[in-house]
Amino acid sequence: MKFGVVVFPGSNCDHDAFHAIGKVLQKPVEFIWHQSEDLQNCDSLILPGGFSYGDYLRTGAIARFSPVMKAVAKFARSGGLVLGICNGFQILLEAGLLPGAMMRNSGLRFICRPVHIRVEQTDSPFTNAAKKGQILTIPIAHSDGNYNCDEATVAEMEKNRQILFRYTTADGRDDVTGNPNGSLNNIAGICNRERNVAGLMPHPERAVEAALDSEDGLVIFRSMIEAMVGASKATA
Amino acid sequence: MILAGEKIQAGEMATAQTEIKVTPAIAAEHGVTAEEYARIQKILGRDPNITELGIFSVMWSEHCSYKSSKVHLKRLPTRGKLVVQGPGENAGVVDIGDGLVAAFKIESHNHPSYVEPFQGATTGVGGILRDIFTMGARPIAILDSLRFGEIVASKQTTEEEAAKNRRILDGVIRGVAHYGNCFGVPTVGGEVVFEPCYSQNPLVNALALGIARKEDLFFAKAKGPGNPVIYVGAKTGRDGIHGASLLASAEFTEESQQKRPNVQVGDPFVEKLLLEACLEAMKSGAIIAIQDMGAAGLTCSTCEMASRGGTGIEIDLAKVPQRETGMSPYEIMLSESQERMLLVADKGREREVLDVFTKWGLDATVVGEVKDGELLVVKDHGKVVAEIPAHPLAEEGPVYHRPITRPQPRHETKEDWFQFAAEGTNLTGNFKMLLASPTIASKRWITEQYDTMVRTNTLAGPGASDAAVVRVKETNRALALATDGNGRWSYLNPKLGAMHAVAEAARNVAASGARPIAATNCLNFGSPEKPEVMWQFSEAIDGLGEACITLNTPITGGNVSFYNETLRKSIYPTPTIGILGILEDASKVLKIAFRSDGDAIVLLEEEPSYNGFPVHPIPRNDQQEFSSSEYSKTLSGVVAGEPPVIDLRAEGRLIDLLVALADKRAVRSAHDLSDGGLVVSIAESCFAAKGLGAEVTLEEDLPAEYALFGERGARAIVSVSPGELSELDQTALQFGVRVRQIGKVTRDNVLRIQYKGRTVISASIEALRDVWANSLERALKLS
Repeated sequence: MKFGVVVFPGSNCDHDAFHAIGKVLQKPVEFIWHQSEDLQNCDSLILPGGFSYGDYLRTGAIARFSPVMKAVAKFARSGGLVLGICNGFQILLEAGLLPGAMMRNSGLRFICRPVHIRVEQTDSPFTNAAKKGQILTIPIAHSDGNYNCDEATVAEMEKNRQILFRYTTADGRDDVTGNPNGSLNNIAGICNRERNVAGLMPHPERAVEAALDSEDGLVIFRSMIEAMVGASKATA
Repeated sequence: MILAGEKIQAGEMATAQTEIKVTPAIAAEHGVTAEEYARIQKILGRDPNITELGIFSVMWSEHCSYKSSKVHLKRLPTRGKLVVQGPGENAGVVDIGDGLVAAFKIESHNHPSYVEPFQGATTGVGGILRDIFTMGARPIAILDSLRFGEIVASKQTTEEEAAKNRRILDGVIRGVAHYGNCFGVPTVGGEVVFEPCYSQNPLVNALALGIARKEDLFFAKAKGPGNPVIYVGAKTGRDGIHGASLLASAEFTEESQQKRPNVQVGDPFVEKLLLEACLEAMKSGAIIAIQDMGAAGLTCSTCEMASRGGTGIEIDLAKVPQRETGMSPYEIMLSESQERMLLVADKGREREVLDVFTKWGLDATVVGEVKDGELLVVKDHGKVVAEIPAHPLAEEGPVYHRPITRPQPRHETKEDWFQFAAEGTNLTGNFKMLLASPTIASKRWITEQYDTMVRTNTLAGPGASDAAVVRVKETNRALALATDGNGRWSYLNPKLGAMHAVAEAARNVAASGARPIAATNCLNFGSPEKPEVMWQFSEAIDGLGEACITLNTPITGGNVSFYNETLRKSIYPTPTIGILGILEDASKVLKIAFRSDGDAIVLLEEEPSYNGFPVHPIPRNDQQEFSSSEYSKTLSGVVAGEPPVIDLRAEGRLIDLLVALADKRAVRSAHDLSDGGLVVSIAESCFAAKGLGAEVTLEEDLPAEYALFGERGARAIVSVSPGELSELDQTALQFGVRVRQIGKVTRDNVLRIQYKGRTVISASIEALRDVWANSLERALKLS
């Protein structure tokens, strides 16, 4: 079982994801350079947060053309697990690996603070270790996290249970005060129809140690580990 | 002013013969005085050409040469057991154990931030980050010490001015946030202070901290004739020409807005690439020396590297990557385009270095080589356009003993001072007004725009502890940093104000549990050509020196920012101090939040007398002292009197005690007393907790307002479980600090203060929190 963390020029949460997987969860992990199409036999990929290519033009808009993204798309089509965090989520949207798009936060400012998200579905490789309705406290740090898509797409996603996480209040209510950025239907994270590609705006890699005030992000990585263990058992 | 370069096309200049004949009048336009011009002629043995004049003018500008401050800065303590590198390099460096060192420095970017707030602030942050990674250290934290004019109209500030100040603040905050967030270093703390005097001259002081292995440190010393000089990073453009010499070395007038083209433009994405590429290239072992191009750009980096290494340097400007066509040598040498570095590589290994930069998509070109001798030779397409001895240019600039005059003492009577309220007055309303004052109110609205957590080292971000605390991965340690300054006190008494700034920063570091080890300073003053300003400066230096010696925090670097005046009005003299501390066990970090119901609230304060020696050399007048407080300013508009007297040894004892208490895990929270005094500290400890209040009973032979809101130093509040009180007493006794239980943490979510048997403050935490947490945002939304 091996994780790969993709490094785009301007990625700046790459080391944090690496630390969370390698040091905190003690699992094998490697960096994958954006110009490489070789995914080094990784079993799952993380597209980390940051400002790939300076986020010039539009967040994630340039990164999707990186050579590595061809390999990522192929990997995803073949069923490999891909998790996009923050800028990584934005890149997956731009690459068409997940539906929808990001707009500026409704307050038009960068926001960095812990938020509450509710686990909506547990039948995904990213949430299988969580409890349905579980509330996680995980920080956000972004300017463009206001998720949007057309009505048909959101209806489709609801039907297929693709909305994995929603912003919520501390006590789990669907309330505008729990939504930090204006996202449609309080959406904080989604997966594709095939459930092997997911993206979320909050940073689970920042919530993996008690010293950092929350360990709630661990459940997402543990879910991925369980899914990979399950997959390797199935093939064995 | 006409920039000489505008008239000259590239390539048209030949050695010393130029289209523009340099005259004393042109020299004067460059800010070069007649004596300085004569000195240039003596160094060169001839008249300078226009490019050479430009080079001298920036290197000898106040900003780059410290010509007015040098003689005073010598009085600062710069040596210590842990100091690896003191002032004179790109940043100060201290030993933090386990083979690691910390590089840190604070620097101002005041004038650019007024002219163009967003870009001024971004390039301020970008510049200080480059200073850190130039040393081979990876930046891990940024702090910003910011000062603005009032954002709400008042007696001293019109609505128009207040609106302008709000726009400046918004631009500066966005700029600081943009650069740090994109670069990927957390902005973990600092201060935001409001005073009318900063209305047309905001202070933007940025501090950065980085970590390196001791043996991996890099210095800016050119070595080895024949070694290639390599230019890396962004291309050179016309931005920022004379940024340092014009913007930072002269006061402001109505035409200042026209200086907008002199402000540099920042690109944090390129700087992030530059960081990764530099650190990677440094690992190759092929780099001998490196210096960033900040103020005075290519000029400063070439002559300083040569001067420090005792060598010469020759470069050809035709090889410098350029963003624009037709740039003259003058413009290329003086450009302050951001995100550029100059390095010296090991001859024969330049390919290794260039390959790393190519991998990161950055320009990297050999532009010249290290030479024997001491000449800085600048060529353009092979023709010499400037030829200057590097050492005299870099190190033998003018040094001024500016005249110093002590200003007329202020004649104040009792009527000019703060008038205390009648005994027994309910102070709840006043307390709410104090909590709402922008300097005291929560800065959450600002700090939430900063990424405070990237790199996952932040153990205490803005407001969580008295200092920002970041852990050092791979070790058990953490580093704590605090910045402090009190312009109002420095204005009333520059020496005392400077001492308090050091004491408060050190106390803040200790209140996080860390031992203060070293300091960096940013000295923001008015025009050095005014003898009264130089008196303030000299007094402040004496104060800083005395405090840093007593508290054992040598000054390892920083900068001086003069000419902070607009339309002949000086700002308050504002020395800002950053203090770094080490927490040996990162798990012992202390935060300000009260932890549980029933804990005792204990005031730690200086002993009125210690070992029989009186601690107050000057008899204290409560009314006079209180007139310098935030409360006095906010409630009655009185800014007068004297700052509280200071007992540096008492400060030292309190610092030692706080560090010992954290180490023993003997207290559950700690918070020093500063702006707004005791009750503000207690309220903040409640706000940081969830669902807790406090009940406090005080009895002193003082007016209630003085006891509750006075800002005397060497004090902190801690909370302890009742069972541990006696141990606290014993420890405090060892350190000679007085301990007084003044109340307890309660669960009823109310703050109640009894003074001399009467309830003087009583309000729900929620009501107080609302005022404190939202005042700043409400004030800013006016625009």
